[in-house]
Amino acid sequence: MKSKITASPYILWMALFIIVPMGLVAYFAFTDLKGNFSTVNFQQSVGFAPVIFNSIWLAIIATAICLIIAYPLAYHISRSTGSRQRTFIMLVMLPMWMSFILRTYAWMTLLENNGLINQFFGLFGLGPFEMINTTGAVVLGMVYNYLPFMILPLYSVMTKIDNSLIDAAGDLGCTPAAVMRDVIIPLSLPGVNTGITMVFVPSVSTFVISKLLGGGSTMLIGDLIEMQFLGNAYNPHLGSALSLVLMVIILICMALTNMFDDAESKEGMLI
Amino acid sequence: MKMKNWLSRGYIALVMFFLYAPILVMIAFSFNDSKSRSHWAGFSWRWYEKLLGNDMALKALSITLIVAAVSAVVATLLGTAAAIGIYSMRARSRAAMMNFTYLPVVNPEIVMGVSLMLLFVLCGVDLGLLTLIIAHITFNLPYVILSVMPKLRQMDHHIYEAALDLGCTPFQGFIKVMLPEIMPGVMTGFLMAITFSLDDFNISYFVSGDRWQTLPVYIYSMTRRRISPEVNALSTIIFIVVLVVLIIVNINDARREKELKKRGGRFYD
Repeated sequence: MKSKITASPYILWMALFIIVPMGLVAYFAFTDLKGNFSTVNFQQSVGFAPVIFNSIWLAIIATAICLIIAYPLAYHISRSTGSRQRTFIMLVMLPMWMSFILRTYAWMTLLENNGLINQFFGLFGLGPFEMINTTGAVVLGMVYNYLPFMILPLYSVMTKIDNSLIDAAGDLGCTPAAVMRDVIIPLSLPGVNTGITMVFVPSVSTFVISKLLGGGSTMLIGDLIEMQFLGNAYNPHLGSALSLVLMVIILICMALTNMFDDAESKEGMLI
Repeated sequence: MKMKNWLSRGYIALVMFFLYAPILVMIAFSFNDSKSRSHWAGFSWRWYEKLLGNDMALKALSITLIVAAVSAVVATLLGTAAAIGIYSMRARSRAAMMNFTYLPVVNPEIVMGVSLMLLFVLCGVDLGLLTLIIAHITFNLPYVILSVMPKLRQMDHHIYEAALDLGCTPFQGFIKVMLPEIMPGVMTGFLMAITFSLDDFNISYFVSGDRWQTLPVYIYSMTRRRISPEVNALSTIIFIVVLVVLIIVNINDARREKELKKRGGRFYD
């Protein structure tokens, strides 16, 4: 099967539309408005450090909450019978098929000052609480939108854990807690790593969730980048520099999760 | 044991409630006979009627469908060819190519969006249908390759070699032997490409321009301007279409699995 040649259109395509554009981003990041080499954009980026750290911090919180919610859920689903598993996984995936703009919009209407949640509290004489346009709403939006990205990789790893392994550990005298610690958690780590990456990356780079649910209150690095390209603050040089910063953040995140992962279990995990 | 079972059911139900409550509220209020998003004023179809009279929304829908169909077909063809090519490379260059393929998957979408926008603007290409299709093919390609690759690896390549020994040309061997073997992967890749393409906002937002908005981009501009329950009506329609498609696919899968089990065959998903 000497058909390496069939990969060449793909290589050409990716060179044109991945490598060249990334090169452009790097070029813009390191030049000033006149096109001379300069690091002025990165110096300006430093001024946005609070925004950058805030993005990372909120993404970490959202990822942690997703992990806490998803881990027991994925475990319970993976221990159900076959047809139930299929149904539950379909139920987890179904919201993903709706545009995430629509899902975020749904929360907008719920969290409003005279929205349904505040009306519900109002029945007990509580509130109204200020919920929309807060940082909490942004984190909620991230958790809600990206929770399936945590559940699915966890489930796909856990469903491969043989029940007899758990039984054997129990027979050999493990307490349920010890079974969890010594059998289930170590075997599910690759799924945890994939899930963390799949929630953290879109959370740290989002600009829609912060706009719709955060109002003007919460500015993320994604908002900054968007403003430099399509907003009032038009400056693609600064936007490119911020994009590079974002990529570095994500590379660090992936390096951190990879430290706990052995390379061979990588492939096929993303889907 | 009973207690534990009950707890785990309750937990699953709670998370499902969290996932579905907002969607159900949205569906309910798409039938509301008033603009309010919190007070129920009686049942009506008026937002659906208004939506059907909204040319902008219908145009956005047709653009979304065209872009999804074209980009998924092109990405599937290019991606399948690429997977076969990469598969026949030597181990080291194969690993390098696969890492290269992962790059757009892990790269944040916003960065891909702005980088493509820079390219198009600098080359003087007008943002529109063409740029949308190019962008969608680019982010769909890796998913096709990643779903075809495992099938190639599972395939027994001796069968392909046998076909050549028995007088097939390489092209015939591909059509008659290899393609049927990897078809499930090709189909998965195609469906994923369609799904990602229909759903994409972050990249389309940067490469669509003003006049060629896809549906998610249009919805976003709607929510930014003045919120109208038409959005609710639209989401309800999308939700129901997706639900029906998923149920049909699921029933089909279950039936095929059963049949294959009866015949003692293997099931590829």
